[in-house]
Amino acid sequence: MELKPATASMATELLEVSLGPQHPSTHGVFRMQATLDGETIVKLKPVMGYLHRNHEQIGEHTTYIASFPFTDRLDYFCAMSNNFGLALAIEKLGGVPASERGEYLRVIMAELTRLVNHTAVIGFLLNDMGAFGTPLLYAFREREKILDLFEEASGSRMMCNYVRPGGVRQDVPPGWLDRARTLVRGYPLFLDEFEALLTENEIIRQRAQQVGILPKALAVSASVTGPMLRASGVNYDIRKVDGYSIYPRFSFKIPLGTVGDVYDRYYVRILEMRESVKILEQALKEINDASPSISPKGLALVKAPRTFRPPKGEAYGRIEAPKGELGFYLVSDGTPQPYRYHVRAPSFINLTVLEDMCLNHKVADVIIILGSVDIVMGEVDR
Amino acid sequence: MRWQALVSLGVLKGMGVTLKTFLETYPWGRGLLRTLRIPPTNGLVTVQYPDVKQQHAERFRYFPFLVYDKTPDDLRCVACKICEQECPPQCIHIVGPAKDAQGRPLKAHGRTFPVAFDIDMSICMSCRICVDVCPFDAIEMDNQYELSSSGRWEPMVYDKAKLLKSAEYFQQIKPAEASEVDARLAAKAKKAAPPPT
Repeated sequence: MELKPATASMATELLEVSLGPQHPSTHGVFRMQATLDGETIVKLKPVMGYLHRNHEQIGEHTTYIASFPFTDRLDYFCAMSNNFGLALAIEKLGGVPASERGEYLRVIMAELTRLVNHTAVIGFLLNDMGAFGTPLLYAFREREKILDLFEEASGSRMMCNYVRPGGVRQDVPPGWLDRARTLVRGYPLFLDEFEALLTENEIIRQRAQQVGILPKALAVSASVTGPMLRASGVNYDIRKVDGYSIYPRFSFKIPLGTVGDVYDRYYVRILEMRESVKILEQALKEINDASPSISPKGLALVKAPRTFRPPKGEAYGRIEAPKGELGFYLVSDGTPQPYRYHVRAPSFINLTVLEDMCLNHKVADVIIILGSVDIVMGEVDR
Repeated sequence: MRWQALVSLGVLKGMGVTLKTFLETYPWGRGLLRTLRIPPTNGLVTVQYPDVKQQHAERFRYFPFLVYDKTPDDLRCVACKICEQECPPQCIHIVGPAKDAQGRPLKAHGRTFPVAFDIDMSICMSCRICVDVCPFDAIEMDNQYELSSSGRWEPMVYDKAKLLKSAEYFQQIKPAEASEVDARLAAKAKKAAPPPT
C-alpha cells in the first residue's frame, strides 16, 4: 500500500476557539472568539463587558467629587492619572483655578504613574511571551517603591483618590519630595538593568519583531492613542499637542517607533519611561514650597461637594494617560450632579484594532499582541 | 541558522543580570559582589508576611472610625448625615439625631448625637471622602487592615459601639493629622466661646 502525504486536497474545517474569559493571558475577564485555520487566525472577535460596573451612570447620580474614587477603579494601575483627567474636566467645567504647587504635584504623580504602568506592562508582556516570572517580578519590585511613595502621600497604594480639582487633596508629607528625588535618581539604573535583561535579547527579538504590525494609517483612522500609536511612528502626544496643566514648561522628547510591531511597542515604552524621568527631575527641581497644594475654590469643593453647581454647559478634559488619551466628558445642567458623564477609555479604543493586528498570525502570537496593546479590563468595560 | 542566533551576547548579558540579582538575595552573594566591586542595587525586598509585617505609611487608610473625646458618650458626631449623603458607595447608615418623647433633640456634652451609626465594611471602599466632608472632624480613617471574618452581616456591619475610638488612639496612629485636627478644633472652640466680660 502506498502512503500519501497530507495534501491540500484533504478536506479541512475552520475551528472556533474561545480564548478567555477566564484565562490569565487575557489580562482580566476578556474573551477572544477566534476562528482558526490550523493554527492561523482567520477571524477574531473581541467579546467584552464581563466587568461592566455602570461607572458612567453612577457618575451621573453622585456629585462630581464622589466620582473620583470610582475613577481609581477604571485603570487600577494608574489611579493618579485617572483622577487627574477628571480633575481637569471639572476645572474646565466649573472654572476652578489650580494652585501652582498642586499643578506640580499632579504632574509628578502622573509621571510616576507612567513609570508604574510601563514597568508593569512590560513585565506582563514578557510573562505572556513565556519569560515566566523573572521580568515581571523585577518590574514589580521597582513598582513597589513608587507605590510606597503613593501610600505616603495619599494613604493608599493603588486606589489613591488623591488628585482634586484645583490641586491635590492633601499636601505631601515632609521629606516626601526628597524621597521622590532619590527614587527618580535611581530609576535610570533600574531601566539600564531592565534593558540589559531584555532589549538585546535575541529570543525576544525573534519572538516580537515583525509580529502584530499596526500600520500607521490604520492606527490613525482607528483613533488609537498612546504608546501604541507612537510605536507606529505617529508623533502625537497630548502633553505636547494640548499642552494641558504645566507640561509646556518641561523639555522632553516624544519617542517614536518605526515598524509598529510588538517589539517597537515594548521599546517605545522603555524610552517613554526615560523621558518621564526627565520630566520628573525638572518638576522636582522647580516645585515651589510656598504655595498651598490646593486652590481655595478647590478646597471648598473638596469640603462641600454639594455646593458645587457648575454653570450649564459641557467640558472635555483629556490627559495623556500611560495607555493613551484618557478623556472625561461632562455635561452640566446646573445641579450638583453631572447631566452626562462619559469616559473616553484608551484601553477600549486601542482594542478595536486587535483583529487587524492578529490576522494571519498564530494563536501564540495573539497572546503577545494583546499583551502589547496594554489593556486593563476595568477601563475597557467601565 | 536560526538556533545560532539564539544563544549569543544578548542572552548572556540578560543571564548576567539574573545571576547578579540571585546573588544579592544571599549574604554570601552580597559579600562576593562586594569583593568583585560590583555596585549593589536591591537585595532582598520581600518579607514573610504573617510573621513579619511591613511598616505602613502614617497616612495609610483602611476603614473609618468615630472619634470621641474623653468618654465614649462624648463623640464628636452630631448626626448631621453629610457623610451618609456624600459616601460614594452609600455604605453609611445613620439614625438620628436622638430625640426625646416630645421630639426635642437630646444633647450630650452640648451636642446632638446619633441613635445608630452603622458602616457596612464589605461595601466601604476606603476612599476617605467621609473624612473630607465631615465639618466636625468626627470621623477619621483607621489603619487596621486585617478585618476579614466568616459572616456577612453580624461581623461586617460595624455599629456605633464598634466604630467608637478615642482621640488618643487617633493621636497615636496618625500624629500629624491628629495634631492638625486638634488645632482646628481648638481654634473653632475659641471662636465659639463668648468673649470674656
